[in-house]
Amino acid sequence: MTTPDNTPTSGTTPGTMSYTVAPQRKLFGNIMTGLVIACALLAALPLVSILITVITNGLSRFGPAIFTELPPPPLVDGGGLRNAIVGTLTVMVISAAISVPFGIMAAIYVSEFARDTKLANAVRFGINVLSGVPSIIAGLFAYGVVVLATGTFSAVAGGVALAVLMIPIIERTAEEGLKSIPLEVRQGALGVGATNFQTISQIVLPASLPFLATGVTLALARASGETAALLFTALFNQFDARSVWQPTATLSVLIYNFAISPYKNQQELAWVAAFLIMVFILIVSIIARRLGRRTQF
Amino acid sequence: MTTADRSAFGDDTQSLKVARTIDTGFFWLTAFFALAIAGILLWIVYELFTIAWPAIQKFGLEFLTSSRWNPVENIYGALPQIYGTIISSIIALLVAVPLGVGVAIFLSEDFLPSKVVTPIAFLIELLAAVPSVVYGLWGIFVFIPFITPFLDFIHTTLGWIPIFSTPPSSRAMIHAGLVLAIMISPIIISISRDTLASLPPQLRQGSLALGATRWETILQVLIPAGLSGIIGSIMLALGRALGETMAAAMLIGNANKISISWFDPASTIASLIANQFAEASGLQVSSLLYAGLVLMLLTLAVNVLAEIIVSRFQEVE
Amino acid sequence: MTSPRMQSNSSAVDTDYVLEVEKLNVYYGSNLAVRDTYLKIPRNQITAFIGPSGCGKSTVIRCFNRLNDLIPGARVEGRVLFDGRDLYAKDVDPVEVRRRIGMVFQKANPFPKSIYENIAFGARINGFKGDMDELVERSLRGAALWDEVKDKLKESGLSLSGGQQQRLCIARTIAIEPEVILMDEPCSALDPISTLRVEDLMHELKQRYTIVIVTHNMQQASRVSDMTAFFNAEATPTGGRVGYLVEFDKTQVIFNSPSQTATQDYVSGRFG
Ligand SMILES: Nc1ncnc2c1ncn2[C@@H]1O[C@H](COP(=O)(O)OP(=O)(O)OP(=O)(O)O)[C@@H](O)[C@H]1O
Ligand SMILES: [Mg+2]
Repeated sequence: MTTPDNTPTSGTTPGTMSYTVAPQRKLFGNIMTGLVIACALLAALPLVSILITVITNGLSRFGPAIFTELPPPPLVDGGGLRNAIVGTLTVMVISAAISVPFGIMAAIYVSEFARDTKLANAVRFGINVLSGVPSIIAGLFAYGVVVLATGTFSAVAGGVALAVLMIPIIERTAEEGLKSIPLEVRQGALGVGATNFQTISQIVLPASLPFLATGVTLALARASGETAALLFTALFNQFDARSVWQPTATLSVLIYNFAISPYKNQQELAWVAAFLIMVFILIVSIIARRLGRRTQF
Repeated sequence: MTTADRSAFGDDTQSLKVARTIDTGFFWLTAFFALAIAGILLWIVYELFTIAWPAIQKFGLEFLTSSRWNPVENIYGALPQIYGTIISSIIALLVAVPLGVGVAIFLSEDFLPSKVVTPIAFLIELLAAVPSVVYGLWGIFVFIPFITPFLDFIHTTLGWIPIFSTPPSSRAMIHAGLVLAIMISPIIISISRDTLASLPPQLRQGSLALGATRWETILQVLIPAGLSGIIGSIMLALGRALGETMAAAMLIGNANKISISWFDPASTIASLIANQFAEASGLQVSSLLYAGLVLMLLTLAVNVLAEIIVSRFQEVE
Repeated sequence: MTSPRMQSNSSAVDTDYVLEVEKLNVYYGSNLAVRDTYLKIPRNQITAFIGPSGCGKSTVIRCFNRLNDLIPGARVEGRVLFDGRDLYAKDVDPVEVRRRIGMVFQKANPFPKSIYENIAFGARINGFKGDMDELVERSLRGAALWDEVKDKLKESGLSLSGGQQQRLCIARTIAIEPEVILMDEPCSALDPISTLRVEDLMHELKQRYTIVIVTHNMQQASRVSDMTAFFNAEATPTGGRVGYLVEFDKTQVIFNSPSQTATQDYVSGRFG
């Protein structure tokens, strides 16, 4: 072992030590800290701006008429968003009815029956890829599968398109929830003679309910503002849709149509629609957060 | 256990049989749904492919290199849209990557007490939840009027650079790119932040114990250690930017031409479909779906790559 | 920035002691974890901290390089003098403290970089301008690791065995030429052979560095250390537990004729 007499670093010897770090290292750190703080402010700025404009513009027209009246034709004042509100809810119910069983059943398969197998990994891979499918593609898919087949734009077609987008969200959170239940719990149930089905349906699923609910609410939040998937599926309707097999107005498509229209009244209604969606998303996110907090098993 | 005890449970051969049947049925049901998800993916590609087939037959690969989109003559080529899709995404990444990684560092490296960080993180999650159509609405009425003076200034001072060479139009590539940047930065922030936070604390301690400053630790130890997670987040964000429809459709101007200047209107594949699909028929529908197929494959490639990068990172951990 | 220099006329400072702890109290939040500790760590010797789990050994050792600064809510009262200067004085930068007082952790924590880079990293950030190859080799030799890794310096530090990783961490620490090396249970994850290796290494390192080691292994403490501090914890009236220094003396004394019965009980295994 070689032991040189002089110390190799920065030429300081005991007795003459300075207790401060080289100023340029400190300066560099301060500059970087300043930069990331600037980044955080810059990132927060658009959000604050969006929240403020949506709230002020939305509230300025907000009133009971929003829920009871139809959007008026151009150059007519007043009106509301009745058909779009009902339409959005309809489409969301349909999409949930499709995507919830799909997502949860697939999650059960991946986490309970095929855990850590190649097949489970393949399914998870497929789900991750599915979650990256652009929403307009989901819309085109539902157009091909439902609209072309039934010959009409409809809430059902919109629901199918949204379901494609919701399934990955629901599956992922459900899988996460199921996996958070310790294996001992399952072994306990199986140990008293329960079948897999009984164990899952009576022990594991109830225990992971907060997770399942979180997934569904997050998926609904995503669906509530989704537009591109609805453009050629639910399409739009100036009036109330009389059945789920008719073109259906939704808040999000209404925002798109009215935002690019030149009429002030329609633009105002677009802001109100944006306000309604944002309020819905905010409530849902808070619920999801609350649920998420209760998921310690 | 004696038989006398058992009798209290009733006829168990019968009930066992029923339970078993339910059990196997349940297994196959879940398996069906799981496989169906993989099936949906193939179904989507198949569906797009069949409807796009006439256009694929007619234009072949020339579709990707031709700039003509002419419903009157029924000749279609999507080069300007492919170009617009890629350039708007690049603009978005140019802004969102430094911004997102910066914020991720800010949130994960205790610059602030967690009491302050948690609400900020929640706000950023919220930013991710804002629907793209609302971004479009905000872009039209708030962002574009706000940013135009700055763009004017850039044009007058830096106009000799080709990408700034035209006066900013009221709808332009740059607007779509910047709003896309705002939309995708939460993806980069949340995944990069999770990555940095999941690095073992010993790594940080080890570096600090050697006399490294906080920033030397971040830049030379933590970011290299979490690099694949960060790159994965960027790829996912890119996938989102490529496929994003509403912000582009509302802000980019939908001009069917290629301009080197970012201040000119442009269009993307998604905005093209959003604009024309409702009124299209025949070969135009096929061509739009052909364009959709291209978009699907583009995002698919990016997302699969992201997936591979991220999962490789998880293995290393 | 003009920084106060150490007085070279050291009559006021007892140069035999590198670290002097005076009336140290450490809190985590509102919990007092260690109370009223006085200690003097002699230069170029090995000082061992022993005591039951939770009595604050790690807490005290982490005060020596201000690693407690990283724990939110941790608070230190009293003084820790390093070569006569208070480490917790306002004008002292913890980064420089950690350069002077290196630390090896319980769990080996090499960076996910090459073996070479693991060692070069600390030297480089501390402004090392000399021959890096030479420094890497010297440090690895110093940590008795050179022969095992000299052909694979470009491989990841994580590819080494646990014992090798720990020696890599030691090498990385001595590469920055600290004056003191703190070791918090450095051998607890190692097999007996690797442990002996590290212990031999400590004997060598002692020529040039002051070493403070926390260990749960009585034999290790008696084998390697010159001085031994025995910590214990006692219940507080509020129901918490607080650690304190029971006895600090030459290792021989602690293990053969301690003045406190608690120490006697602990070292002879009759504790608790
Ligand atoms: N980061 C922390 N936050 C809060 N309390 C802590 C923290 N670290 C240690 N403590 C508390 O301080 C007391 C002393 O802990 P310390 O880790 O110093 O003990 P130790 O003697 O090193 O034990 P061991 O031998 O198990 O390593 C314990 O009661 C512990 O609960
Ligand atoms: Mg300890």
